[in-house]
Amino acid sequence: MTEFKKPRMSRASRKAVIARLARYYARYKFSVLAALILMIGSNLFALLGPYLTGKAIDAIDLQSGVDFAAVTRYCVWMAIFYVVSSIFSYVLSVLMIRLSQKIVRSMRQDVFDKILSLPVGALDRLQAGDLINRISYDIDTVNASLSNDILQAATGIITIVGTLVGMALTSLPLLGVFIVTVPISVFIAIKRSKAVRPLFRKRSQKLAELNGFSEEMLSGLKTIRAYGREKEILDKFRKKNEEAANAYYDADYLGSLIGPSVNFVNNLGTVLISTGGVFFYLFNLISIGDISAFLLYARKFSGPVNEYANILGEIQSALAAAERVFRLLDGESEKADDPDAVVLEETEGKLRFENVSFSYDGETPVIENLSFTANPGQVVAIVGPTGAGKTTLVNLMMRFYDVTDGKIELDGTDIRRYTRKSLRAAFTMVLQDTWLFEDTIFENIAYGKENATAEEVERAAEGAHIAEYIRSLPDGYKTAITDGGVNLSKGQKQLMTIARAMLSPAKMLILDEATSNVDTRTEILIRDAMNNLMRGRTSFVIAHRLTTVRNADLILVVKDGNIVERGKHEELLEKGGFYAEIYSAQFQ
Amino acid sequence: MKTVFSYLSSYKARMAFGLFLKAVGTFAELVLPLIMAYMIDDVAPTQNALALSLWGAAMLVCAVAALVGNVTANRMASRVARDTTTRLRNDLFAKILSLSARQIDEVTLPSLVSRLSSDTYNVHNMIGMMQRLGIRAPILLVGGVALTFTVDPVLALVLLFTVPVLTIIVVFVSKRGIGLYTRLQRSVDSMVRKVRDDYTGIRVIKALSKTEYESETFRKINEEVVANETKAGVTMGVTNPLMNAVLNLGMAAVIFVGAYRVSAGRVKVGDIIAFTSYFTIILNAVISVSRIFVNFSKGGASAKRIGAILELPRDLIPVPEEKKAEDDAFIRFDHVSFSYNGAPALTDISFSLKKGESLGVIGATGCGKSTLVALLLRFYDVDKGKITIDGKDVRAYGAELCEKFGVVFQSDFLMAASVKENIGFERELTDEQIERAAEYAKADKFIRAHEGYEGMLTARGANFSGGQKQRLLIARALASSPEILVLDDSSSALDYKTDAQLRKTLLQNLPETTIIMIAQRISSVKFADKILVLDGGKAVGLGSDEELMRTCEVYRRIYASQHEGGEAYDGI
Repeated sequence: MTEFKKPRMSRASRKAVIARLARYYARYKFSVLAALILMIGSNLFALLGPYLTGKAIDAIDLQSGVDFAAVTRYCVWMAIFYVVSSIFSYVLSVLMIRLSQKIVRSMRQDVFDKILSLPVGALDRLQAGDLINRISYDIDTVNASLSNDILQAATGIITIVGTLVGMALTSLPLLGVFIVTVPISVFIAIKRSKAVRPLFRKRSQKLAELNGFSEEMLSGLKTIRAYGREKEILDKFRKKNEEAANAYYDADYLGSLIGPSVNFVNNLGTVLISTGGVFFYLFNLISIGDISAFLLYARKFSGPVNEYANILGEIQSALAAAERVFRLLDGESEKADDPDAVVLEETEGKLRFENVSFSYDGETPVIENLSFTANPGQVVAIVGPTGAGKTTLVNLMMRFYDVTDGKIELDGTDIRRYTRKSLRAAFTMVLQDTWLFEDTIFENIAYGKENATAEEVERAAEGAHIAEYIRSLPDGYKTAITDGGVNLSKGQKQLMTIARAMLSPAKMLILDEATSNVDTRTEILIRDAMNNLMRGRTSFVIAHRLTTVRNADLILVVKDGNIVERGKHEELLEKGGFYAEIYSAQFQ
Repeated sequence: MKTVFSYLSSYKARMAFGLFLKAVGTFAELVLPLIMAYMIDDVAPTQNALALSLWGAAMLVCAVAALVGNVTANRMASRVARDTTTRLRNDLFAKILSLSARQIDEVTLPSLVSRLSSDTYNVHNMIGMMQRLGIRAPILLVGGVALTFTVDPVLALVLLFTVPVLTIIVVFVSKRGIGLYTRLQRSVDSMVRKVRDDYTGIRVIKALSKTEYESETFRKINEEVVANETKAGVTMGVTNPLMNAVLNLGMAAVIFVGAYRVSAGRVKVGDIIAFTSYFTIILNAVISVSRIFVNFSKGGASAKRIGAILELPRDLIPVPEEKKAEDDAFIRFDHVSFSYNGAPALTDISFSLKKGESLGVIGATGCGKSTLVALLLRFYDVDKGKITIDGKDVRAYGAELCEKFGVVFQSDFLMAASVKENIGFERELTDEQIERAAEYAKADKFIRAHEGYEGMLTARGANFSGGQKQRLLIARALASSPEILVLDDSSSALDYKTDAQLRKTLLQNLPETTIIMIAQRISSVKFADKILVLDGGKAVGLGSDEELMRTCEVYRRIYASQHEGGEAYDGI
């Protein structure tokens, strides 16, 4: 559908896309060359068939009786050529599949690595569905087209030229008769690409609309029922359904012309060739074998002409898909580390913001002139309404983004002097969206530290108060976390990620406290686990809990992207500002 | 499947006529090679140019008849397919809207969505194709073979020999193909999962410096996809060359055997040429038949899935009640128990509310709070006990039951439509009503700051924050000035200040409305006349905040956890 909305690609960008695709193929020069040879060979052998058929039939149709030796010879040759041609074409298709799969593989890996290397903010702006579309559907389209369509197009050209040559060699006068059908074939091909294709595009668009509508409405079924709006929604559905069905019909109406028309052209060819052929035969211009060969050539001829429009359309959408993939690949990755960046080996965990300013777009400042110091083992609470820019601070500390002005120092050194990887390794984090992937519980916790031992993992689980639960599972740590598998509650997932973070020896902690939708008991467990986690680490907490805020060594109050207040709990309450306002609001 | 096919019965006449045209067109095509052979063998030796022209014209007529017959039949088929599918889809959607919550739980929503989309699409395709190819392919296959027998049985046997070979190839390869493609699909699924996983977890991955590890993991999955796809492609790719080889070998055999038959005077040369034409026709028919099988098995499975929904019995029919009891309470739960498939969700719940009173419901996740609402709205029927509104059993109400309610569910539904449409929700409400509701719900200000009431929401309201979405939903619930307002955890994303203001506005402006407020935070339900404390589906406390603080241990515990340390206060 997106394709539908977009204007056609410009000639220049199409050229660029083709050039880039060609580069992928250039790595496999040898395979491409072999494919080319096989393709030409296979088609030429196939084209010899009708010629031999004609010869064989002529050998039968002799006044002097059948020339068995000649018939046998021609038939054996025919069999050989056809078999060889088939073998060639199979080897060719295997070769093309392997070739295109190699290219698919490297394209996919490129896209995936790109996703991992994009700046976090850039990735946030993309949708998961969009990425998945590009890595699966788009890449598939490109390759199906490259391995199939190009092959078909080339085969088509060879076939068209070859059959024309074959027909001309067999009988020029008959070719004169047959040529009448060519404009009709071309007419059908044009009709198909001009009139039918847009209708088919409209058909899929309308169908997508209908499906989108039903999915949306069914997701709100409960609400529709609660408000008793079934009739109104059904009326809307009817309308969309009718539109979709009519679009389908419109495409079918014209489309149903194509198949029979192609057959008609074939049949017309048969009619013209047999009538004309027999006439010429009467005047001894042609032999019966020639008619037969000519008929076979004619049948071969119309196939590719008809396919041509289809192939062109497919190649076009493949190029559009390739462009989408390349556009993603061209997205700017995270900047490379400074050439003289050093690996951060060990840290005390003293982090200092010095006159830091930052803006995502270079215009609207998100943070202006911020300075504060977090000493080893301290707790810094970041508070403020949702969407106020609390995560920006985290983004800067972990260098998901770099400051626009000022600097951030770790143990007195600008963090830009360290390699990103080693800097990030100095942090461990627990985020609100508990992220678990589909693997065992063990793997999910062990993810926090390279080569973590079973003992370490168990200790971390213990500290996160989840060990007891894990042991109660029949498969223990080997239990798989899947959609269909064990059903972890939100609270348990949270504890699991705390365990993962606990495993890390990092000196600094970033904690995004969840707005908990959990029962009281779990809530207490989580709080306690988080306290365990903060022990001995410099912690930056996006805080939602009173205790955290009360006990914090420093509270940063964020509002509309700015730090509006800072200090300890009591100081801020006394001040009677924004913090005091939101704090007291809850006891109204 | 029967249910779905019964939809076709009203088009019997049209289908029969279409199929007749199709048969005529197909036969006309089949005759062509015969005429040609006759021209070569019998007309040509007579040197009669007129007869030759006439036979040529006859062929042309046949070709045109084939064209007209097929096109007309195809179009009629498309119309039948369109009309059938439209009706089927409308009925299916209407049926889904009328399913009970229990039935939906059983089938599941995603499954209903796919039945409505891909299954109806498959059926549409099947109905069209059945009419277009279902008669054509068999006629071409059987008719083609039969006609060749009339020409020469021996040559026909040679030709006939290739048919089972072709069939075996098609069946064998597509059977293996299905297994291979299923495997391929599974590995593609795991690839998609990986991309989705890493997309959501990118911060953790980067923070833990796991990009290389993830890249390596993906490489393995990628390899597997590629291996599966290569295998499937290589297997399926064998069909075309193999079929071509068999066909052409058969043709060589016909010519070879034909030579002997001609020499024996049994056939003429023209016949051999006709045979080569029939070869092509029969090959195409075999390919068509295999396509029909695939299509039919797909469509048939889909038709079954659709039929299963259409055949579901109507659930939750209003039960007439003899007499309406006099009751001073407006809403009454009378020893209500309920279980989902045997797992008890609510046990022996009783309470009553007078008109204009408010009820707060509190308890941990999964304690049965939302079930309470589902029963009140009669999404499910109670197992035991009775729920009455205005003295009348909810089971005795028809559609007028929901007219009494304004409801906001947990993570409720917003459409990709304008703000106004989302609040109005297909009801006949004036702009004033909508705007007043938005004002009460503290939504008016941000709506105007955004794009006004005509401003569009993206799917699921993603262009509004959580708190804003909840206020839009509350506005929807208020807009029709309902007798009963149910808010299920629908202010959790609001900061405390807005939440408190909202409650104040509701109490001030809707004194007549009976409010049921479900929440996790005590501060949200504290205001209510009565608070119901649920724990594991049982009522462990019922009374005002004050009373509960005195008498209810669970309530006190929740209070303590929220006010002395464990409070989740989103605003800050």
